[in-house]
Amino acid sequence: MSTMSDVAVGAAFTAAESAAIRGDFAILSRTVRGGKPLVYLDSGATSQKPRQMLDTERAFYEQHNAAVHRGAHQLAEEATDAYEGARATVARFIGAQTREVVFTKNATEALNLVAYTFSNAGATGAMDGVDPALAAKFALGEGDEIVITEMEHHSNLVPWQELARRTGATLRWIGVTDDGRLKLGDLDTVITDRTKVVAFTHVSNVLGTINPVDVIVERARAVGALTVLDACQSVPHLAVDVVDLGVDFVAFSGHKMFGPLGIGVLWGRYDLLKAMPPFLTGGSMIEVVQMEATTYADPPQRFEAGVPMAAQAVGLAAACDYLTDLGMARVTAQEHALTQALLAGLAQRPWVRVVGPLDGKDRSGAVAFVVDGIHPHDVGQILDDAGVAVRVGHHCAWPLHRRMNLTATTRASFAAYNTLAEVDALLTALDRVPVVFGTVI
Amino acid sequence: MDLYQEIILEHSKRPLHAGLREPFNAQVHHVNPTCGDEVTLRVQLSGQGRSAVIADVSYSALGCSISTAATSVLADEVIGHSVKEALTSFAAMRKMLTSKGADPGDEDEIGDGVAFAGVSKYPARVKCALLGWMAFTDALTQSGVDVGEISAAHTSASPSPETVLNNATASNTIPSRTMEDS
Repeated sequence: MSTMSDVAVGAAFTAAESAAIRGDFAILSRTVRGGKPLVYLDSGATSQKPRQMLDTERAFYEQHNAAVHRGAHQLAEEATDAYEGARATVARFIGAQTREVVFTKNATEALNLVAYTFSNAGATGAMDGVDPALAAKFALGEGDEIVITEMEHHSNLVPWQELARRTGATLRWIGVTDDGRLKLGDLDTVITDRTKVVAFTHVSNVLGTINPVDVIVERARAVGALTVLDACQSVPHLAVDVVDLGVDFVAFSGHKMFGPLGIGVLWGRYDLLKAMPPFLTGGSMIEVVQMEATTYADPPQRFEAGVPMAAQAVGLAAACDYLTDLGMARVTAQEHALTQALLAGLAQRPWVRVVGPLDGKDRSGAVAFVVDGIHPHDVGQILDDAGVAVRVGHHCAWPLHRRMNLTATTRASFAAYNTLAEVDALLTALDRVPVVFGTVI
Repeated sequence: MDLYQEIILEHSKRPLHAGLREPFNAQVHHVNPTCGDEVTLRVQLSGQGRSAVIADVSYSALGCSISTAATSVLADEVIGHSVKEALTSFAAMRKMLTSKGADPGDEDEIGDGVAFAGVSKYPARVKCALLGWMAFTDALTQSGVDVGEISAAHTSASPSPETVLNNATASNTIPSRTMEDS
């Protein structure tokens, strides 16, 4: 990949740069469905992987593989260094302290880790020795409220429903407007003195809406509630600085940001992590184990039970380096240009309705739409026949679809490697849909 | 592509026997959790056991062209036939749909169902074609018919546990089943 330092920050990629980037992703040069070039527009579900990330993971296995944080042999030291080095790289990528980064199986586990803290904290002795003011933040029971939004992915919805069920707390949510924004006017009535935690997505995986984190955090702080941000759809696409965001916890997945499957990240403010009881328990996360009882390691190890996924961690760090080399401002600019082109193209087709903001303001590169009279599965099938891979269904955001009076949508979602030619390919394939189903003469 | 046969498009645009009708022995509600497609299906039998005649199959479906057309074909194939014949059709349909393109289907057994042979080449769509059949065999079970080894539990395109949800919509509330976990 060529260096991009000589190009203005915040500009979309040049044709030569795009070609170089695409060259890093071997899968993008394969064909599908009888020799058609793959047009991969499903990065919101999972991104493709650059050679640099894969090489790093392979090198770990071929040269340094050992169980991390165990053993005194050289390989064990190298593996541990690689794993902890990866943590430092990921931390730098999101503006965090290294000790505040917890590796999890995926973002869903990271969100469950936080949700379970609130119910586990209620167990006898779970918060012994913790500053009472901090312990009180995790105390949840009847009369307390959990706030989410109506646009959450199931992974940031079901864990909170379940937490409410376990604790007797009440689940409330911020609604969504017809044009796919949060109903911020309701913020003061939904987030109240009874609210203990506000969990919300940074960017909607369906609507593409970028939510105003600062506004929600300000209200949550005013009532003393903790904040949890689902950043799965923002970290791969926007420069994210967890300190600037002002939230208490951030969760994201590795596989959506050019990293490997099987790793996610929980970032949390260290004083909070330090106060929290463990989630999963077992090896690695302990301080002293006796037959009667166990004391726990400090964060982040406290939350990393079992032999950690070191190869995935070094792969994720390589993905962070790859994105850093591209320049997050340029990644954002590239995807913004693609989103604008797609929105403009869809606007020219009166039989298509975009679900979500119609303009590019505070909008990311997930574009969901419906075609008049044709089920999204059928739309996706025709696109697939042309080699265009999109997501169809409710995208794990069923309540949001219900809110928009829809069963399902078709969603195109971009990553740094996508091009304007691929937007054209999507639009061309889309034009076949009403022809096949005979809805447009 | 050979997926959207004219007969499928025709059935999806003008589904046969659609709508919920009285009387009925059992009503079930099935959901495909991966896409949110739903079908509420009623069965009315005349007689007992596998020799009973299927007097009516009525349904209200929300789904893609494949699932809508498959339910339409199903209703048209089984109404007026015995449970035994319907289960034979189901077995043939399922065999064809899960054959990954190897089994073109037998028109004598499944009628218009042969138009769905192309679906078997698209594993993600097999569950669309089976949604109505799943609901139908479940409704037979709920009507007191022993459907035997070809129960709904084994018809999923990929092996996955069945989820039982509470059905809030049916008047004669029966636990509804989903085809596949997402």
